[in-house]
Amino acid sequence: MSQQEKTSSHVSFRDYKGKYKGLLAWILSTDHKRVGMLYLYSIITFFITGVCLGIAMKLELIAPGKTVMDPATYNAIFTLHGVIMIFLVVVPGLPAVFGNFMLPIMIGAKDVAFPKLNLLSWWVYIFGAIIALSSLFMAGGPPDTGWTFYAPYSFKTNTNMLPAVLGAFILGFSSILTGINFIVTIHRLRAPGMTWFKMPLFPWTLYGTSWIQILATPIVGITLLMIVGERLLNIGFFDPALGGDPILYQHLFWIYSHPAVYIMILPAMGAISEIIPTFANKSIFGYKAIVISTLAIAFVGYFVWGHHMFTSGMSGTALYTFSFLTFLVAIPSAIKVFNWVSTLHKASIQLETPFFWAASFLFVFMIGGLSGLALGALSVNVHLHDTAFVVAHFHFIVFGGVGFAFMGAIHYWFPKIWGRMYNARLATTGWIMFFIGFNTLYLPMFFLGISGMPRRYYDYVERFHGPNIVSTIGSWVLFIGLFVIIFNLIRSAKKGPIAPKNPWGGKTLEWTVDSPPTLENFEEIPVVEKGPYDYS
Amino acid sequence: MENHSESHIVPYKTYLYILAALIALTVISVAASNIEFGGFTVFVALLLASIKSSLVLIYFMHLKFDNKILQILVPLIFLLVGLVLFITFLDYNFR
Repeated sequence: MSQQEKTSSHVSFRDYKGKYKGLLAWILSTDHKRVGMLYLYSIITFFITGVCLGIAMKLELIAPGKTVMDPATYNAIFTLHGVIMIFLVVVPGLPAVFGNFMLPIMIGAKDVAFPKLNLLSWWVYIFGAIIALSSLFMAGGPPDTGWTFYAPYSFKTNTNMLPAVLGAFILGFSSILTGINFIVTIHRLRAPGMTWFKMPLFPWTLYGTSWIQILATPIVGITLLMIVGERLLNIGFFDPALGGDPILYQHLFWIYSHPAVYIMILPAMGAISEIIPTFANKSIFGYKAIVISTLAIAFVGYFVWGHHMFTSGMSGTALYTFSFLTFLVAIPSAIKVFNWVSTLHKASIQLETPFFWAASFLFVFMIGGLSGLALGALSVNVHLHDTAFVVAHFHFIVFGGVGFAFMGAIHYWFPKIWGRMYNARLATTGWIMFFIGFNTLYLPMFFLGISGMPRRYYDYVERFHGPNIVSTIGSWVLFIGLFVIIFNLIRSAKKGPIAPKNPWGGKTLEWTVDSPPTLENFEEIPVVEKGPYDYS
Repeated sequence: MENHSESHIVPYKTYLYILAALIALTVISVAASNIEFGGFTVFVALLLASIKSSLVLIYFMHLKFDNKILQILVPLIFLLVGLVLFITFLDYNFR
């Protein structure tokens, strides 16, 4: 037991003795914090697996021709990398980990509205993950379709596509359960006095995300079931040979999967909106504008899916509409960026590790966002579609945006979760290496894409060699940075100095409770009288 | 935060009217499937189905008596789904 706990009667959620002991006390706990931690450990495990697959792909691309694997293995690896990273890491990512842990505390509640449903969502997640990855151990091997499972190839491949599809279908249920839980929690369990516009921005983004989870996930669920129906029962939905329409598959897939990008990025934006005012020691600029832009992104984000399909053969009317809507969704995103930057204007900034992650998030997110606008323009898209440029763009958004925000969030809330401080110098060293590695890895891919290198090819012509070498070296630097970060956090969780309640000077409710919080977070439910970022 | 909705007793007569409306709309749906609407076939089918589900939501599921926020959110979701379908058919009807 820590010194802090010894001097008070407060028992942290980590030391609380419940009905079960040992591992069972965690995997059967309905405490929102423990469920959040279960998600954290699971997601980190899958993330490291996905990173290793990514490193293997970059190693193959260090030279033209066969380097370390054959083309079929490369196809399977990029599919697994995508399935793991999208469905098992970034979609649950921030909502499942920090949403579960922080949401009830930030709105002044003792737990989420449905704690048992919350635990069930983690079990469903693990079950889905096992099904999705079971193809690795089956004759025929993992699927080679890419994580999008595009028809008609996905109906013809002899690899084990169905387990991955069924896994994704099951994972969707986990996502829906979390979404329902968060919406009800936010509606019903806010502390007295916490009106909608006194709610911190991270819960606001979780609210927007939850609606997307509930409304968009069933569409991909039905689509994946249609695939199963087509493969097993020969019903012609998508396969032209059976009278189906492959573009219908792309529509249905992206009607979910594009909003899914906002499931990933909105909570990331929420975490950044928490970090920036804390380290700027200043109220966030344009709180209501950020809230409205969050809801606007969640809403407009539903209608832009077609920009993934500009070269698929859609009608001209659809092309113009999707291009226009894609540019439209950039507006609320830009509003947020301007608000974050304005918050920093004339601020007295604490230069700590979470702030470095937030600042670098702005940098990589801007590159990712602006390259997205290039892809949203119809004429440019024809040239860049399915090239390395697209890979660079979405890694800048998904890995740069979500990944940097996740890292920022874990460094920001680490003292609250583990009750200890980490080694700031090592954390900053890890961040520098990660940042340099990330940009060295992905920036050359913009150049490669513009030059015409297609994505998902294990081989390339000699003129693409140089940038590919740089990119592969970048992956090594990033990996070393990641190792430093994880080593530091694991070591600090055990041996770091005891953290006070509020080490960064944050104003939201989680900084008023113990570090780590007690089982029910608050001795008495707080009464909220001020806005969330009141630094006056 | 939001107030709990009070329980409302709806007269049987109202339920019977809604039931009659639902049966009538089902007959119209079946009849409409025999008429050639061209590019609007799906639109007509979904419009009739939406009217029926709206009646169920408003009267049978008591949305009429529920919190204001739910009365706003549910139509918003209908609007969202409607827009998704509309945009999808901007491809199919103009291809």
